[in-house]
Amino acid sequence: MNKQDILDNIKLLSGTDVKKCMKCGKCSGRCPAFKDMDIKPHQFVNYLAEGKLDKLMESKAFWSCLSCMACVERCPRDVAPQGVIEAVRATFVGMQNNNGIKAEDIPPMIDETVPQQLLVSAYRKYNK
Amino acid sequence: MQRIGVFICWCGSNIAATVDVERVAAAIKAEPGVVFSADYQYMCSENGQQLIKNAIKEHSLTGVVIGSCSPRMHEATFRKAAASAGLNPYMVEIANLREQCSWIHKEKEEATEKALVLVRTAIAKVRLNAPLTEGESPVIKRALVIGGGIAGIQAALDIAEAGYPVDIVEKNATIGGRMAQLDKTFPTLDCSACILTPKMVDCAQNEKIDILSYSEVEDVKGFVGNFTVKIRRKARYVDETKCTGCKICMTKCPSKKGLDEFNMKLNTRTAIHIPFAQAIPNVAVIDPEQCIKLKTGKCGICQKFCGAGAIDYTMKDSFVERQYGAIVVATGFKPINIDAFNEYGYNDNADVVTSLELERLMNAAGPTNGVLLRPSDKTHPKVITFIQCVGSRDVSGCGKPYCSKICCMYTAKHAMLIREKYPDTEVHVFYIDVRTPGKNYDEFYRRAVEQYDVDYIKGMVGKVYNENGKLMVQGSDLLNNEQIVIPSDLVVLATAIEPEPSVRKIATLLTASIDTNNFLNESHPKLRPVESPTAGVFLAGVCQGPKDIPETVSQASACAAKVIGLLAKDKLKTNPCVAHPNEMMCNGCSQCADVCAYGAITYVDKEFRLGGGKTEVRRVASVNPAVCQGCGACTVTCPSGAMDLSGFSSKQIMSEVEAICKK
Amino acid sequence: MQEVNKEFTPNIVAFCCNWCSYAGADLAGSSRLSYPANVKIVRVPCSCRVNPMFVLKAFQQGADGVILCGCHPGDCHYVTGNYYTRRRMALLFSFLNYMGIEKERTRVEWVSAAEGARFSAVMNDFVAQVTALGENKRLQDLRVKEE
Repeated sequence: MNKQDILDNIKLLSGTDVKKCMKCGKCSGRCPAFKDMDIKPHQFVNYLAEGKLDKLMESKAFWSCLSCMACVERCPRDVAPQGVIEAVRATFVGMQNNNGIKAEDIPPMIDETVPQQLLVSAYRKYNK
Repeated sequence: MQRIGVFICWCGSNIAATVDVERVAAAIKAEPGVVFSADYQYMCSENGQQLIKNAIKEHSLTGVVIGSCSPRMHEATFRKAAASAGLNPYMVEIANLREQCSWIHKEKEEATEKALVLVRTAIAKVRLNAPLTEGESPVIKRALVIGGGIAGIQAALDIAEAGYPVDIVEKNATIGGRMAQLDKTFPTLDCSACILTPKMVDCAQNEKIDILSYSEVEDVKGFVGNFTVKIRRKARYVDETKCTGCKICMTKCPSKKGLDEFNMKLNTRTAIHIPFAQAIPNVAVIDPEQCIKLKTGKCGICQKFCGAGAIDYTMKDSFVERQYGAIVVATGFKPINIDAFNEYGYNDNADVVTSLELERLMNAAGPTNGVLLRPSDKTHPKVITFIQCVGSRDVSGCGKPYCSKICCMYTAKHAMLIREKYPDTEVHVFYIDVRTPGKNYDEFYRRAVEQYDVDYIKGMVGKVYNENGKLMVQGSDLLNNEQIVIPSDLVVLATAIEPEPSVRKIATLLTASIDTNNFLNESHPKLRPVESPTAGVFLAGVCQGPKDIPETVSQASACAAKVIGLLAKDKLKTNPCVAHPNEMMCNGCSQCADVCAYGAITYVDKEFRLGGGKTEVRRVASVNPAVCQGCGACTVTCPSGAMDLSGFSSKQIMSEVEAICKK
Repeated sequence: MQEVNKEFTPNIVAFCCNWCSYAGADLAGSSRLSYPANVKIVRVPCSCRVNPMFVLKAFQQGADGVILCGCHPGDCHYVTGNYYTRRRMALLFSFLNYMGIEKERTRVEWVSAAEGARFSAVMNDFVAQVTALGENKRLQDLRVKEE
């Protein structure tokens, strides 16, 4: 997959249209994990819209996202920033196959004080 | 056989770029009945029209087909041109080659083929066209203005100025509308009441203007030049002609717990009340939901004290029916309900207020007599945070998708006024964009920032929560990429505005079209912005779209100009495309009269010759061409097929269908 | 069963009321929102002007689909015209269905003057729907074909 394919795939996985964003920043205004994120919810949306894949992939912030959906709930334009964050997270995990990420490498990346985000997201997705 | 001329317009490159206009013009020459065809760059231009006129004369054309833009655009132009060349204007048909062909297709071959079919269809129709003549209907020289806000007041004053009588119907007990509630107005910061109330007084004193306050439009019949409107005069339980506005009743009324709508329900008022000091008419009204006498039958104190004997508890709603030539809709707006935005805590904290509530809190005639005190504990707020775009530009379903247009300016105004009056107050404004187009508007906003040190923060608030009596406003500061929390004493929400909900009923009564946000549609967004598509109905103020006071006043005056233009005519030309029955086929069943929405069809007894000197009297339908609007409902309903519509006859439409289907 | 031919382009007659749908079609044009060229519009003052006979005529003459567009219920320029349309066409379309003309070939849609995008979307959708059904042979006057 080339860079554009990956970006398109993230857009597909996110289930949202980042072009609808009017850059108000309400997502970051509401985010309870804001301080622990190196890039902020609104930046996820903006980097994806601008095609800055490296910025998204270098970030550690998607491990900090609680999947609490506050940004989705509050977004006045129905952009769903959390959808983008989760899509980036899933893409990151998927891309580790080639380099073989080891299971024991993952825990240090996760905040110990909050539930495991992938687990929370999985519950949200499949517990319907 | 008709002698038909076909004229294909290039519309510059608008049509010619995708439709091979020369090929169309050449191919169409072979159609039966076509004696002339031509193409030209701009048919609507002076030269293009001359081309049509010359061809009509030279080739003795009896029918004209023009392949051009939509008939909604230039049908009238071409009909006029034909008429000046001596051809009946209704012998002109338009094939829509621009909006419905060249602009939507990209393949030249495909578009040219479609253009050919569209022109053939128009030819098929024009072959069956018959010359039509316009009728005439009288104009009643009186106008109705629905809504007594600044838009309605300005329109009424301008119409009266030209000498025509006007009635203002206002659903509240006084005229003045939203503008009466405002404190100061941007960008000059002059007092709203000081500029509005003289206009209200002018209305009351103008002998051409009749103010029907506390009244609502109940029913509308008729058409342009000739509307009959039924108006409900709601029972105010006070005789308007006797009440002197002395307010003694208000000091004696024991029922004091009604919420004062004029002050955005921030304080209470008595059951019998005058909405505000400068009300026009300056006459009391009794709130029947609150009045002890009306609810229990016991009390009657106001009647006892009223020196003028104006109180009448037995008053009932009454109705008046009047005739008008034109109607102006100026129903205005209200702030939206923000219950869905619980993140701002509006319903949980008394100190989270809307901007209109802040107007009252700052107004000298408001509940705090102009001293800015926060509602919860009546103390001076030291830190005030404004949140813009509350419910505006919101497609999530909680708010409105449009920009409310006035909020950026009034928020700057509020911020400035507060910093001016209370310099020790800290003022923050959360904004997404600051939109201040307009004369002296951006300068105004910059003054708030540069001279008054208002802190504008690019970002949006995520939540407002109460912590030890402080309102914690948590939001993003996008320029610093930070999340910030501002402990505030007062939070002001720049709430989106929406059309006054009663406009839906009025639009239905007037058959005026309305958009998905309940704004009334204008006839053309650029070129006919004050006219409704319904003839004789005009639009002023926010009922047509968000706008501020200067724009509202301009639109109201524009409306008045249109109304005056209409009322100045003695007679109006009526649409000749109306229904007409074939009396020989009519069996007198009355079904057409039942479906007619305008009551244009009546039944008459008519004598018919049977031959051999015998006659027979039969009951047949008769259409009033001045009342018929030409919808065609009756034509389809008629079981014997006796009813037909001029200009859109069954045969014409059938032959159009045939031409389209021909492969 | 008819064979669905990929080259097949259906012939579609659209009746549009002058006040809403025709203006909506114009707006689709001025917004450059394309829809297939085989949709051809007949302008009528109101959707209630459309006699069921016109629809039958279209099928007889070889149309593959017929669509009626009017103002949204409650917004009719002529107050109640589109209500008549709704009733009449519900009845006609069920008769047509009974006669073997699939109900997917006929449709009544409400498109306002402000809904250019909707007009285009409706037409694209309807054309796709009729294309999937293939050519209409029922009711068709075979003499029309031979000419």
